[in-house]
Amino acid sequence: MNIDLYGFGPALAAGALMTVKLALCALCLGLVLGLLGALAKTSPYKPLQWLGSTYSTLVRGVPELLWVLLMYYGTVNLMSALGEAFGNPELALNPFAAGVIALGLCFGAYATEVFRGAILAIPKGHREAGVALGMSKVRIFTRLIMPQMWRIALPGLGNLFMILMKDTALVSVISLEEIMRQAQNAVLFSKLPFTFYLVAAFMYLGLTILAMTGMHLLEKRAARGFVRTT
Amino acid sequence: MEWEVIFKWLPKFYQGAVLTLELVGIAVVLGLILAVPLGIARASKLWYVRALPYGYIFFFRGTPLLVQLFLVYYGLAQFDVIRDSFMWPYLRDPFWCATATMTLHTTAYIAEILRGAIQAIPPGEIEAARALGMSRAKALFYIVLPRAARIGLPAYSNEVILMLKASSLASTVTLLELTGMTRTIIARNYLTVDMFFTAGVFYLVISFLLVQAFKQLERWMRVDACQGR
Repeated sequence: MNIDLYGFGPALAAGALMTVKLALCALCLGLVLGLLGALAKTSPYKPLQWLGSTYSTLVRGVPELLWVLLMYYGTVNLMSALGEAFGNPELALNPFAAGVIALGLCFGAYATEVFRGAILAIPKGHREAGVALGMSKVRIFTRLIMPQMWRIALPGLGNLFMILMKDTALVSVISLEEIMRQAQNAVLFSKLPFTFYLVAAFMYLGLTILAMTGMHLLEKRAARGFVRTT
Repeated sequence: MEWEVIFKWLPKFYQGAVLTLELVGIAVVLGLILAVPLGIARASKLWYVRALPYGYIFFFRGTPLLVQLFLVYYGLAQFDVIRDSFMWPYLRDPFWCATATMTLHTTAYIAEILRGAIQAIPPGEIEAARALGMSRAKALFYIVLPRAARIGLPAYSNEVILMLKASSLASTVTLLELTGMTRTIIARNYLTVDMFFTAGVFYLVISFLLVQAFKQLERWMRVDACQGR
């Protein structure tokens, strides 16, 4: 099959790179937020519990597109006020930063639930064993809970990452030059909307397959010692 | 917060919310109807029955809804065959394009939910139905589907909420649903944060009501009582 891309091939490739960058940055932010959210939700302190559940409920109840728009258009005043305080009145979030924050926020809200489930799935005895051995709270978390948590949380996180990858298309609305935006540019010049949006669709499909393969490998690695290889 | 301005625009927000609900309602109901045969075929033991639904589900779950929406709304105009056909008055209209795309999109997800539910039915129950002399079709209608409906209902309610949020994408094809309306209002009064905040509250309220409705439905269908294994 030979698809004539009318010279837009390199632009689309650059778009794909931008999509991957955006997805990975949002993933990092989201993992941190999700971990903090889950810790807050499982902590014995009421205010922290409240904070964690408010975060995950609020963010999950509002569309991702709305978060993207809010982060980009809604932070203009806030950022210029911040910029004035630091002597740079032209401070503003660029589309990439706004996209990363919005998508990371959404990923984190869902990841909160995944991590919480994983933390709760670890037998209580493991924590008690840590206490009995005189480990500190932080140490129990990093040495006992975290390593076991990953294995349980990984399938859920994989699903969330696929969703995140597709949600990166939303950032095209605030004119970040990722796959979707590049396809729109190409359509503008070539007047072939179906061809280019189909190409974009297959690029996303390719990225999804890549992510699926990566996830499969990670899960296999995380499950070593749990499945008997025959 | 400029509460007075928010109150002034509330009727407009309400209009947007109604359109959002229309989009979501049509998509999830039609999607459910289309997904039943697709899900059954996807759960088939024969590979040639399974192949087509698998491809369909893979495409629609693997690509962003935004791309699908643009493919239908902007993309189909590329073909003269479609422009000349009787379908064109509908496919030119953003409302029909958005509902069609959202329906096709959610069909894939619901079919996958249904497949999971069908495969989660304990095999003993289907064997029991067959042992009682029910035909395959009868077992499907009286045992498998009612059972799968109860297993899949919680996942279906999740899907409805996801579609509620996905419906905000319809604003990119010029539809004035909740998000589109909000952007229009912001273009008038420049109160970005206040207006997005109001829209967010609307979405939260709608999803809260939907969750409550599904809780009632679960009680009415006696999902808990049927989960005993």
